[in-house]
Amino acid sequence: MARKPIEFRHNGREQAAFVEEGANLLDVLRRGIGDFAPKYGCGQGTCGCCTVLVDGAPHLACLTLAESVAGRVVETASGLAKGTELHPLQQAFMDHFAAQCGYCTPGMLMAAKVLLDQNPAPSRLDVVEALAGNICRCTGYEPIITAVLDAASRLTGRRSA
Amino acid sequence: MPISVKTCTGIEEAARTLAGSRSARLFGGGTLVMRALNEGTQEFDTLVRVSDPALRQVKPEGDRITIGAAVTMAEVMANRDLGFLAPVARTIGGPAVRSAATVGGNLFAASPYGDVTVALLALDGMVTLAGAARPVSLEDFLKVRDREPRTVVAAVTILRPRDAQAFRFRKVSRVKPKGISVMSIAAYLPLSGGRITGARVAYGAMGPTPLRAKAVERALEGRSLDAAGIAAALAAATEGLDPPTDALASSWYRREVAPVHLRRVLLDEAP
Repeated sequence: MARKPIEFRHNGREQAAFVEEGANLLDVLRRGIGDFAPKYGCGQGTCGCCTVLVDGAPHLACLTLAESVAGRVVETASGLAKGTELHPLQQAFMDHFAAQCGYCTPGMLMAAKVLLDQNPAPSRLDVVEALAGNICRCTGYEPIITAVLDAASRLTGRRSA
Repeated sequence: MPISVKTCTGIEEAARTLAGSRSARLFGGGTLVMRALNEGTQEFDTLVRVSDPALRQVKPEGDRITIGAAVTMAEVMANRDLGFLAPVARTIGGPAVRSAATVGGNLFAASPYGDVTVALLALDGMVTLAGAARPVSLEDFLKVRDREPRTVVAAVTILRPRDAQAFRFRKVSRVKPKGISVMSIAAYLPLSGGRITGARVAYGAMGPTPLRAKAVERALEGRSLDAAGIAAALAAATEGLDPPTDALASSWYRREVAPVHLRRVLLDEAP
């Protein structure tokens, strides 16, 4: 099977990988370079647990052709924390018990990050809309929404401080 | 099955590549093709990508506007000239689907998907195909699309509604904000002197492809949107249609509720 060499920026670092033609980005992240944060849920773009950011926009890694990220910036939930310091979204998820089984969490975090990057003071409805593509099998949506709203206020508080 | 990927710079080159291989498919945003690959489809083994930036353009021209096939739902929502289509694009998937899914790809989405196509149908969509001298009507395109999955769409040209009131869209789904269509309805109802002239009404998930509700259009033509005009349209709501039964709704149910939702569209009630 033909393999193509690609380079992209992965959580702030230059990354090179050989990708099989037709491989999806999720496979390359998990099996290719060992980033296990994005999860394989449905492979159909329905559940959102493989959500990653490509050039700052949310994308479903399972539906993204791996070779199409060549030269682009890919961010996953493993890049959120700075060393041992959690990202405010991660901290808020912990504080509000927003992860039950945790499988949807990496996707939720990335979908929420896009929202907060674009809209630092979202309404509850904005959060619901932003997370609409992410399914939580434990149906624990309330704490997740609360956590995102809390992270937003922590982030804006930090900015104005 | 080993997959091969070919990247073409121009749309004509892509069309030639696709014409030469039955097992090739155009790769647009990936939400349909990648999905099929992940399911282990045996229908194709070659993906053709097109890098031509012209496919990502949106060009207003007089009372019409041309949308490149590779324009994504997120780009539709961000484009000022496409403000009237933004609420339609917003009904497609979640944000991550919208940054990949394209307008061109939506034309190929099997029922009950393809809500944007419903809106384009009501807005007199004309489809520009690679290698074709003249655009074809979206209606004609939809009749043959399933037989010709290797057709390369370059762009869709639609009417720009004269005023916000003239164009209405409603997607009916059981799950909010992201649910699959029980049905979707788009209506272009330009008024002149209080009367509708050139009514175009389209349904999604009410047949094998998005389709026009011609009986409703005939009933509305020359009428005003008063009680009598609306009653005439509702009486014709499902005339000539054979709605599908799927996991979301039965044919019977779709038939029963179509007039309810059509009435809300005609009254322009907030969704």
